[in-house]
Amino acid sequence: MAQQLLSFITFLPLVAAAIMAMFMRGNDAAAQMGAKRLALFATLATFLASILLLLEFDPADTGFQFVVERPWILGLTYKMGVDGISILFVMLTTFLMPLVIWSAWGVEKRVKEYMIAFLVLETLMLGVFCALDLVLFYLFFEAGLIPMFLIIGIWGGKERIYAAFKFFLYTFLGSVLMLVAMIAMYMDAGTTDIVRLMDHSFSSETMPLLGFQIVGGLQTLLWLAFFASFAVKMPMWPVHTWLPDAHVQAPTAGSVILAAVLLKMGGYGFLRFSLPMFPVASDLLAPLVFWMSAIAIVYTSLVALAQTDMKKLIAYSSVAHMGYVTLGIFAANQQGIDGAIFQMLSHGFISGALFLCVGVIYDRMHTREIDAYGGLVNRMPVYALVFMFFTMANVGLPGTSGFVGEFLTLAGIFQVNTWVAAVATTGVILSAAYALWLYRRVVFGDLIKEALKSISDMTGREKAIFAPLIAMTLILGVYPAAVTDVIGPSVKALVTDYHDAVAAAAAAGDVASN
Amino acid sequence: MATIILFAPLIGAILCGFGWRIIGEKAGQVLTTALVFLGAFLSWYIFLTFDGETRHIPLMRWIESGSLMAEWSIRLDRLTAIMLVVVNTVSALVHLYSFGYMAHDENWHEGEHYKARFFAYLSFFTFAMLALVTADNLVQMFFGWEGVGVASYLLIGFYYRKASANAAAIKAFVVNRVGDFGFALGIFALFYLTDSIRFDDVFAAAPGLAETNLSFLWSDWNAANLIGVLLFIGAMGKSAQLFLHTWLPDAMEGPTPVSALIHAATMVTAGVFLVCRMSPLYEVAPEAKTMIVVVGASTAFFAATVGLVQNDIKRVIAYSTCSQLGYMFVAAGVGVYSVAMFHLFTHAFFKAMLFLGAGSVITATHHEQDMRYYGGLRKQIPLTFAAMLIGTLAITGVGIPLTHWGFAGFLSKDAVIESAWGGGSQYAFWLLVVAACFTSFYSWRLMFMTFFGESRAHARTAHGQGHGHGAQGHDDHAHTPHESPMTMLIPLGVLGLGAVFSGMVWYGVFFGDEAKMRAWYGMETAAAEGAGHGGEPAAEGEHGAAPAEGMAAMEGADAGHEAPAAGGTAPKGAIAIGPDNHVIHAAHEAPVWVKVSPFVAMLLGLVTAWLFYIVSPVLPAALARMFRPLYLFLLNKWYFDELYERLFVAPARGIGSFLWRRGDGNLIDGTINGVAMGIIPFFTRLAGRAQSGYIFHYAFAMVLGIVILVTWMTLYGGAR
Repeated sequence: MAQQLLSFITFLPLVAAAIMAMFMRGNDAAAQMGAKRLALFATLATFLASILLLLEFDPADTGFQFVVERPWILGLTYKMGVDGISILFVMLTTFLMPLVIWSAWGVEKRVKEYMIAFLVLETLMLGVFCALDLVLFYLFFEAGLIPMFLIIGIWGGKERIYAAFKFFLYTFLGSVLMLVAMIAMYMDAGTTDIVRLMDHSFSSETMPLLGFQIVGGLQTLLWLAFFASFAVKMPMWPVHTWLPDAHVQAPTAGSVILAAVLLKMGGYGFLRFSLPMFPVASDLLAPLVFWMSAIAIVYTSLVALAQTDMKKLIAYSSVAHMGYVTLGIFAANQQGIDGAIFQMLSHGFISGALFLCVGVIYDRMHTREIDAYGGLVNRMPVYALVFMFFTMANVGLPGTSGFVGEFLTLAGIFQVNTWVAAVATTGVILSAAYALWLYRRVVFGDLIKEALKSISDMTGREKAIFAPLIAMTLILGVYPAAVTDVIGPSVKALVTDYHDAVAAAAAAGDVASN
Repeated sequence: MATIILFAPLIGAILCGFGWRIIGEKAGQVLTTALVFLGAFLSWYIFLTFDGETRHIPLMRWIESGSLMAEWSIRLDRLTAIMLVVVNTVSALVHLYSFGYMAHDENWHEGEHYKARFFAYLSFFTFAMLALVTADNLVQMFFGWEGVGVASYLLIGFYYRKASANAAAIKAFVVNRVGDFGFALGIFALFYLTDSIRFDDVFAAAPGLAETNLSFLWSDWNAANLIGVLLFIGAMGKSAQLFLHTWLPDAMEGPTPVSALIHAATMVTAGVFLVCRMSPLYEVAPEAKTMIVVVGASTAFFAATVGLVQNDIKRVIAYSTCSQLGYMFVAAGVGVYSVAMFHLFTHAFFKAMLFLGAGSVITATHHEQDMRYYGGLRKQIPLTFAAMLIGTLAITGVGIPLTHWGFAGFLSKDAVIESAWGGGSQYAFWLLVVAACFTSFYSWRLMFMTFFGESRAHARTAHGQGHGHGAQGHDDHAHTPHESPMTMLIPLGVLGLGAVFSGMVWYGVFFGDEAKMRAWYGMETAAAEGAGHGGEPAAEGEHGAAPAEGMAAMEGADAGHEAPAAGGTAPKGAIAIGPDNHVIHAAHEAPVWVKVSPFVAMLLGLVTAWLFYIVSPVLPAALARMFRPLYLFLLNKWYFDELYERLFVAPARGIGSFLWRRGDGNLIDGTINGVAMGIIPFFTRLAGRAQSGYIFHYAFAMVLGIVILVTWMTLYGGAR
């Protein structure tokens, strides 16, 4: 059983989706409710199973666990497994899905299809974090676009078609390069097994290409190809502009998943591919990432100040927070990478909750314009409290999980580059400014707008959705050791291997040591 | 016991904040107050019986990443003990006072429940502040640091319907974050260089830091100085020092008990505490110390000048606080941390008292805050008048020159000024003396305008609501001002005791004569001796720990540093052999004119105020007309707000807007869409006409594409 657990978790939602597609008919209220219930049940079961996974997981073992390997179609191999870096992303996904499904209780349009889209999406997301074969990874990674594309394109807002295509184009164009790189990797290493690829050392000798001398050789080229894909997913500046549009147009549940899980695939990719497989190139190109991240933090924070749409503001804030993640990853030390993973998990809870917060009032007023609100605290005290909590978590208040990630990544980057650290740290000032200003305009003040005079506070269902998110944000903020215990050994192994490889390359004279 | 002290207010805050609907609003208030009083009594017990030996009480694991280990724990040493008393005493009294002050608040509608929320916030603040002062590592201190920032934000913006209160709350938080920016970088630098963020490890490494260079930004810096400056930037934000002070006067938008607790007695002194706590580091960072002295002295002077002309009673006291914090920093900066803590200690009593007194005046006059509409209140609210008088005597430094008899401020402020002289900073010394004169002037001006002369309350009705100040001015000034209830007067009385006696009782402990200082800081049996003398010597003992460790670290030779007691057991103790010692020595040896100068300055200020506001009340207006530019300069607080608005706030918005529309909109989207040859608009046009069902066709095409790509890749790869 333990051996099959990972496959069970990954494909359970897909099975539920198939059942729903094949056996559930009708479009009346009862059928809709049935679809919702089944989806909620399936995601809950997935979550419970993943708890089993976490309990069985041994953090001290830095290799892959629960590995399943068997032949598959077309001579491909089906190989899945988790290690300290990926297991918590699995947990994040399974934890959030039931909440997301529950938050979509009010949807009335094509309910069955909506639920199917989310269930399929869950399987694909889990697959990305578990896949240990290049082709399998690519399949999950790219196929994940489709349900999201549909969620935005069908259940989205007025400009949903534009946003859906922008989302698709940006993320897909980057992926084509990644595919080319994967083929090159297969040709070089003769395997698509990720575990073996991590042990394979790709050449970092300077090589000529089209008249240019490519420092770092093959590693650099492969790194850049993967970077094109992951940077868009993150998203990093300057390829972030698809995100605000996608968020604004996506339905609430879609926004939550997009921000909480889909964005993490880029960061996970860097940790799974770029650092362990192309360490020399990572070392070489880290300054590029640093500056892109630092600019992202300042740039998008300033842009967030100018927003008039709540979702756009939070979307830009997400880009800024992802900037800390890339900083931490390429700082390539324990604090940086611990912090980056922590930041991704924490951002999953916090940004997810913030989009849910927007959803709560959007459901009531059907507008995201900040100016349409004001004085909500007078009629919605519970909502005001929840929103305040996540606003503070978003600005990285110590005691919430938002602080730990920011603090560790910045402590990590400071050891590598103080300029970048100083520029990135200005983010703590700017984030306070835009987040509190948003809060003030929406929640504080006197309630004078006529339309808001009868707005009602959060329902029991809404409170119940927020409660686990609040609990996680607090627990991780007060006792982050719960996370670092799990990821620590794997990260340590990653950091050690990385620096060994860089040092070996420097000794071999492939690249000037820097 | 320290654990109980730390968590009592948190429990109170949670029970009151979330449970008041169940236990009732009144019960919530009583509960929080009782718990804080419990904490206060325990704090005094610790303060008076503490043996001076540093204790670490681990609570729970926290952030662990590689060598970065920050745990939740309590550090109990002499510095902590002092702060426990200050925080809990003032907090307990403010809780009690708030029963009366918040009883009827006209900012709320009938039937709205705001009291439980207020008390929960107060208790939450107390918890965060205690977490700050009991921290055993820099990250936990940062937790408290930000926690008090949030509590302050919530309480400044307590009247959330008022736009001005919301703006002030955000300003306070964001300006503090500017300071935190420096604080955070300081922590990163310390971790980078010492591989630890625990105080003990950092202190042990401090001498080494003085020998280390750190490449930071554009240059190489001496590590100790750089870190000292970075941490001090944090202190500047929290303690409202020049350039980062603009939030404090605006913070007066909060209810007055909040001003007393957070923006006078406790939170704003956190910066001073930080500098004292990090004294082992600052002892080896001379340039950072110079910066502290210059900034502190400049703030003391600047804030005092602004205080001269303000008309809002709370703003006068706010600027006064800002100025007094400058005094504390000067003392810390010249290396006499003990005196900085002394002034912090006494200031907490008399400044809280002035604020609570002002609150009593404000209640009595139906929420009038503009002193121009006070006058003659002496007879109507005599008890409040007495309290304010004591506070004023304390802050202006009334005492018998050349003796140790006087109000609290007399002893501590004079100690600061003498230390400044002893530290050899003429700049600081003269600015502080001039500031002392101004302090006396504005404090007495406040007294004279409020309590003496004829009542000018009717002038407000004549002016109607036209005046900007006191947004909630009422037309019911026909009411006679009334004395406040006992819940408000008792705290005033207790604080009054502190304002009168805290200086005299603990003078020897904090500053004293040099022989006593040497003895106190050098002897390992400080507490045993202290028992004989009662509270005084015990308190002395409590103070020595942090500097003592610092000096132990400086000596460096004996590796026995990891035992915190090392400082205490070192034969010569802490301050006795450090550079501090010379400063204290020089301070004690200061010429008579130096010692008398603050007293003279005080008299000068008093006499001028008396001339201006009692003898010839037309004089101020005439002077203001004559020196109109100067008057406006001061009235507008040196135009800092306007300057910052133009320099930072407006540009940030402008740049943000520009980057969004031009950067994201035209440049990035334009380029990428252009590269894609307008493919998105094309698709949009195509799909725009389509029913949303068509989108499945696109999705199907995507699946097909992926399948084809993967198949091709497999076959191609397999062929090899």
